[in-house]
Amino acid sequence: MKISCEVDVRHLTRVEGHGNIRISIKNGEVKEARWEVVETPRFFEAMLVGKLYENAPYISGRICGICSIGHTLASIRAIENGFGFTPSVQTARLRLLLKHMETLQSHILHIYFLAAPDFLGVGSVLPLTQSHPEVVQQALRLKMLANDLCDEVGGRRLHPTRTVVGGFTMLPEKYTLGQFRQRLVASLADLAASAALFASFTLPDFSRETEFVSLRQEGAYPFIGGNLLSTDGVLKKEHEYRAMTNEYMADYSTSKLSRLSRKSLAVGALARINNNFAYLRPKAAAIAGDLGLRPISHNPFMNTIAQLVECVHVVEESIVLIDELLAADWQEPRQLVQPRAGIGVGAVEVPRGILYHCLHLDGDGRIEKADCVIPTSQNHANIYHDIEDLALFCAEQGKSDMEIEHLAEMLVRAYDPCISCSVH
Amino acid sequence: MKDEKKYLGVAVPRPRVGFFELSSCEGCQLQLLNNEASLLDFLGLVEIVNFREGMKEAADDYQIAFVEGSVTRADEEERLHKIRRNADLVVALGSCACFGGVNQLKNRFQDQEWVKKEVYGNHPIASQEARPLSAFIKVDLEIYGCPIKKEEVERIVTNLVLGKAVNHPKYPICMECKAKENICLFELGEPCLGPITRAGCDAWCPSNRLGCWGCRGPAPEANIAELKRIVAKRKIPLERLLDRLECFGGFAGEAGKLRLALEAAK
Ligand code: SF4
Ligand code: SF4
Ligand code: SF4
Repeated sequence: MKISCEVDVRHLTRVEGHGNIRISIKNGEVKEARWEVVETPRFFEAMLVGKLYENAPYISGRICGICSIGHTLASIRAIENGFGFTPSVQTARLRLLLKHMETLQSHILHIYFLAAPDFLGVGSVLPLTQSHPEVVQQALRLKMLANDLCDEVGGRRLHPTRTVVGGFTMLPEKYTLGQFRQRLVASLADLAASAALFASFTLPDFSRETEFVSLRQEGAYPFIGGNLLSTDGVLKKEHEYRAMTNEYMADYSTSKLSRLSRKSLAVGALARINNNFAYLRPKAAAIAGDLGLRPISHNPFMNTIAQLVECVHVVEESIVLIDELLAADWQEPRQLVQPRAGIGVGAVEVPRGILYHCLHLDGDGRIEKADCVIPTSQNHANIYHDIEDLALFCAEQGKSDMEIEHLAEMLVRAYDPCISCSVH
Repeated sequence: MKDEKKYLGVAVPRPRVGFFELSSCEGCQLQLLNNEASLLDFLGLVEIVNFREGMKEAADDYQIAFVEGSVTRADEEERLHKIRRNADLVVALGSCACFGGVNQLKNRFQDQEWVKKEVYGNHPIASQEARPLSAFIKVDLEIYGCPIKKEEVERIVTNLVLGKAVNHPKYPICMECKAKENICLFELGEPCLGPITRAGCDAWCPSNRLGCWGCRGPAPEANIAELKRIVAKRKIPLERLLDRLECFGGFAGEAGKLRLALEAAK
């Protein structure tokens, strides 16, 4: 039986943003187990006040470098919903394609560059360029494909230039989209190899019963817009987001925190799959089976596996989207919008979970109030409680300080937290 | 990984570099990882000893420090001074570090307490006005952009390693834009800061039919009077010009004047 342990990780590495882990176990009893968020806030919601609506997607995209496309699309959706505008089918398809490629590049970054080094026993991806060159090449190929397609559709892989309220400033070339289709088909082999690699890793056998929350759409795996669904049976409309996110503050965190039916909740790839398993595309569902992922999985370490399954899903769906785009004639890239006073809410499933932007607009389209609810904020409380349970689990098993620190770091990384996003 | 690199047959030392972030979206650091095709070559050029976002190991004996983000809290001021003491060369990476970036948009409010209350209610939170690195320390080199352009950074880093001078263009974006034969955004009734913004991004936004928002700051050869004349001729509301001028902090002086003028006119 493990007697005592002190873990104090300041500014955890290989995560986006700044957070600390503290665990203190004395005589087999957990005295302290904390996940602290120490990121500096930047006050985006205040920055937007008084600005014309066209500023909102442009500025709020800069909340986060990794999911800038998701923020841009959530902001655009909030404004379009506020104005009572519905985008064209073509715009909806292009936005979803763009969103899918952001999901792919972000998941690949996390799976290979942030999470995989833990399983392969190294401190970063750098040594892997020597020991596992083919793995690094696969990762780079997949990430490059996703980023190149983001450039083609959104104008830029990060802080996109073509995405505006009403549609796009410019359209991609059909010929180029056809070439991307071939690269997408070819990438399925790299993803299958990734799945085989992860199937060879042993995930920590740790579970904690959790309420999983994601969007839900009629008959489709959700990414842009939808109701909110929880594994505890809560169902809410898009504009009722305040009822479910319930943001509150705690002393240990500069990020706001969320709860729904219990003291914490989880969002992200695992939550999406737990709630929408039936809507996964066929190859994605098959790979989920191979990797032992079945709903409802309460093991937070499975989130990385869920991301891998989603990579396959978004590639399969992107091929279909390109086929649909190629089969139709190009329409005008951008439609005119008419500002009107109102409150608009936009929900988007970004790589780490549900993102809400809410904008109060006046009759000229100026912003009176802004609210952004970030997935990592929704996860923070759950990470905190997971660490408590993990500490107890480790204490019972008599693990060494090193092992406990390593497991706690892996646990936080599995959530793929985007801390600068959560403290925006 | 201490193997020697050669350039034109001559051995060049690999400098030890560190990457650091203050208040930022971490997008500029991400841009470095985003260059998949040449990433491995780039990594061979330097020895990375500190990169929290990407690796677990961390050392303080770096020669070149790349610092992303702006200063918005006292502990960031301290970290920045420590980085300055450790490094031979400090490079400001991206517009947040060079001018305050989007973060400085909150500085426009007279009442900074209101800013905190608007976001956090009555929960106490530490924050100060967003400032660029140069407000606190000597900065040796600035790399502009929100985000930075990866090709440009690689060129600059290569020059640094080889001990060559780093020169930024003096002409504005319009020169690059015209060379690419883009449709001018003003013809489409859209404002664009291309006439006054420092080139180097290859007219990134206008080439995607979005007006330039001035993320790279003023060109030494900027002609703001000319820009105001075009904006007036095209009947573009000055508010839309102001939105762009004040977005990234590079034109803080001009933006401040225009904001006062517009508020006085109300
Ligand atoms: S300059 Fe732009 S891209 Fe770079 S860190 Fe700042 S907000 Fe992010
Ligand atoms: S679009 Fe902008 S950068 Fe291009 S020529 Fe016109 S004003 Fe200059
Ligand atoms: S065109 Fe203007 S806003 Fe766009 S990247 Fe270049 S300098 Fe920045």
